[in-house]
Amino acid sequence: MSEVRNILLVGVGGQGTILASKILTSGLMKAGYDVKMSEIHGMSQRGGSVSTQVRYGDKVYSPIVGKGSADVIVAFEEMEALRWLDHLKIGGTMVINDYQIQPVPVNLGAAEYPEGIIEHLKGICDVHAFKAADIATDLGNPKAMNIVLLGALVKSMGGLDDIDWDAEIEANVKPKFVELNKKAFHAGYDL
Amino acid sequence: MKVIMSGNEAIARGAYEGGARFASAYPGTPSTEILENMPQYGDSVYSEWAPNEKVATEAAIGASIAGVRSFCAMKHVGLNVAADPIYTFAYTGVTGGFVIVVADDPGQHSSQNEQDNRNQAKAARLLMLEPSDSQEAHDYMKAAFELSEKMDMPVMMHVTTRICHSKSIVELGDRVEAEVPDYEPKIKKYVTAPANAKVLRATLEERVEKARAFANNCEFNKVEMHDTGIGVITSGVSYQYARETFGEGASYLKLGMTFPLPYDLIKDFASKVDTLYIVEEMDPYLEEHVKMLGIDCIGKDKIPKYDELNTDIVRKAFLGVEPETYKSDVATVVRPPALCAGCPHRGFFYALSKRKGIMITGDIGCYTLGMAPPLGAIHTCICMGAAPSQGHGASIAMRNAGKSTKVVSVLGDSTFFHTGVPSLMGEVYNGGSNLTVVLDNRITGMTGHQQNPGTGYTLMGKEAPEVDIPALCKAIGLKDENIITVNPNDLAEVNAALDKLLPKEEPCVLITRWPCVLKKFSQQDIDEFPTLHKTQCVIDQDKCKNCKMCVKTGCPALISTKEKVVVDKTSCNGCTVCKQVCPFDAIEEVTR
Repeated sequence: MSEVRNILLVGVGGQGTILASKILTSGLMKAGYDVKMSEIHGMSQRGGSVSTQVRYGDKVYSPIVGKGSADVIVAFEEMEALRWLDHLKIGGTMVINDYQIQPVPVNLGAAEYPEGIIEHLKGICDVHAFKAADIATDLGNPKAMNIVLLGALVKSMGGLDDIDWDAEIEANVKPKFVELNKKAFHAGYDL
Repeated sequence: MKVIMSGNEAIARGAYEGGARFASAYPGTPSTEILENMPQYGDSVYSEWAPNEKVATEAAIGASIAGVRSFCAMKHVGLNVAADPIYTFAYTGVTGGFVIVVADDPGQHSSQNEQDNRNQAKAARLLMLEPSDSQEAHDYMKAAFELSEKMDMPVMMHVTTRICHSKSIVELGDRVEAEVPDYEPKIKKYVTAPANAKVLRATLEERVEKARAFANNCEFNKVEMHDTGIGVITSGVSYQYARETFGEGASYLKLGMTFPLPYDLIKDFASKVDTLYIVEEMDPYLEEHVKMLGIDCIGKDKIPKYDELNTDIVRKAFLGVEPETYKSDVATVVRPPALCAGCPHRGFFYALSKRKGIMITGDIGCYTLGMAPPLGAIHTCICMGAAPSQGHGASIAMRNAGKSTKVVSVLGDSTFFHTGVPSLMGEVYNGGSNLTVVLDNRITGMTGHQQNPGTGYTLMGKEAPEVDIPALCKAIGLKDENIITVNPNDLAEVNAALDKLLPKEEPCVLITRWPCVLKKFSQQDIDEFPTLHKTQCVIDQDKCKNCKMCVKTGCPALISTKEKVVVDKTSCNGCTVCKQVCPFDAIEEVTR
């Protein structure tokens, strides 16, 4: 029996974690894995922290990724990487989008956004950080940032190269955005 | 065919395959997507949004009495609203199979309380099923209609947030068509006048015992024997956490049918294991039954009585093991949810927050976030439709106690239709004097944009009559001059209306009419609100004195640092509230 592998996609409501995880889980299912995915909607969506949890293997029980068990965490926002650090497996990889979204308390002057998070995390765990928004913008649309991050995630997980990700993008993305998202995926993968 | 589905999608599919022909619900997290997924089966199943859970349940009961397989769905607190019909429907039993899907929210991800509705199934005597993943959600829902008919009992599908919103692989099946009998009145069964109801009360106990006998040998309750040193009794998603914690180092009694409970099966399982653990979320529902049977077990002594469980919690509770993790000494800043950029509630709340000496009763919806700093303009939130009635009670009580505090009651359009109308009616009838504000954003917003009786469309996409809120208020006795409709993004308009209505000593209604900026606009919205999404705000940094007045509107599109404030172009929706509060005329509205 192969071990269950765990992925966390974390960010702020509205960043597109859901589409990325939809493509991911669909690809994993077609590759023959048992897959579970969990996400929380509702009040927490309105500018709050959001997380999508994906687990796959021969047989998956709980849909929740436990502390110290994520093989890869993809943080769509810098401070969310720090918030979820305790979920990373020892030896796991933190993929970080070099991008900040200010929470309301910081805006109101009631708190300060911690400085130098990426450098700080590099001193703690394996970090793969880049500006996904810039890469997506260069490809034509900043919104494809989520698929750039998906490409980087697939690379970091390893063992998922046999899955036809282009086909999954075609199946899950509107036709006019397919080419953009394919390019975004490969740009993220090739980083 | 195998597909990956959320629990909610799987329940919808299971209802279709199980032969349902009628479905009704009021949206509520985490249950909303069940009905949202029904229109795709529209050729076989008619589905609708009801104004509230009581109406949804009654409509589905009517369909069952008419001989049709039917279901209703709601979040956990919705069952409180639907309790009146469902407690008595348990007495009468069903004609067409009937399922009430109730989605609890352990951990209160999106809810005002954490009630464990397994207690309600027991109290009302509803046959209860509890799936532990999407496949079971599909299978149990499909089987529930026939089971309901066989046992002559309404079935409660009890699910939780993790079941509703987790996705896993589901093997689909074909639809079963159930015959619809010709209608025949069954007065002794369905007219619960005391003479009939007393008879039904007695047969209800017989039906419960018949169902208990079934539970002892049914496919929903499974025994998994491995090592017998530890035995675990569990149900729902808790099974997954227990299974992952103990692996094959324990044996399991996994209960899929949890009312009535299979006493013989529980006793038999307990006799085969050395130590018995009960793993369940929220209340000690299973544990109390097991202890009542005189069986020693360990449950809530070790695991929390509230909040969501997960494998980490169960593992730590029973095995004392905690995972090794990376740690950082840098603290993160919380991200409390906020009203969205361009939310039409912001302008109204901003204006209201400047009024002193008022009490503001609130309600359930996105606008509950009006409570948060910097607005702080919601003072209460207890349940759906309560703002006008709570405001009325407070207003009368304070007036009689010689206090002069004015009361403003705030609720959304969908909440107004849910139970706010009788609430307001009570105030008008009894000579109250609070100002009720209906935040009409043309959609049910909080749960992700569902149609309601005020939007002009149905769940199945048909055009529908729209409730005319001012006319409705007039019909229940409000004076015409006490009803004002405003554009909430226009602070001068809101303030003029507040100036006029707040001093009045009689019931008044202010309607703020502007669409939720995130909704998919109908042609009617585009015609009525032509400026939607056409403009954005920009700060002229030469004129800006960095006074932060704009930031005090709480808009998340304004990015404020020590040096300056800028508008985030990707999130600004052009409501212009920041522009209106700027004392230096430094904010411009530009075409997108």
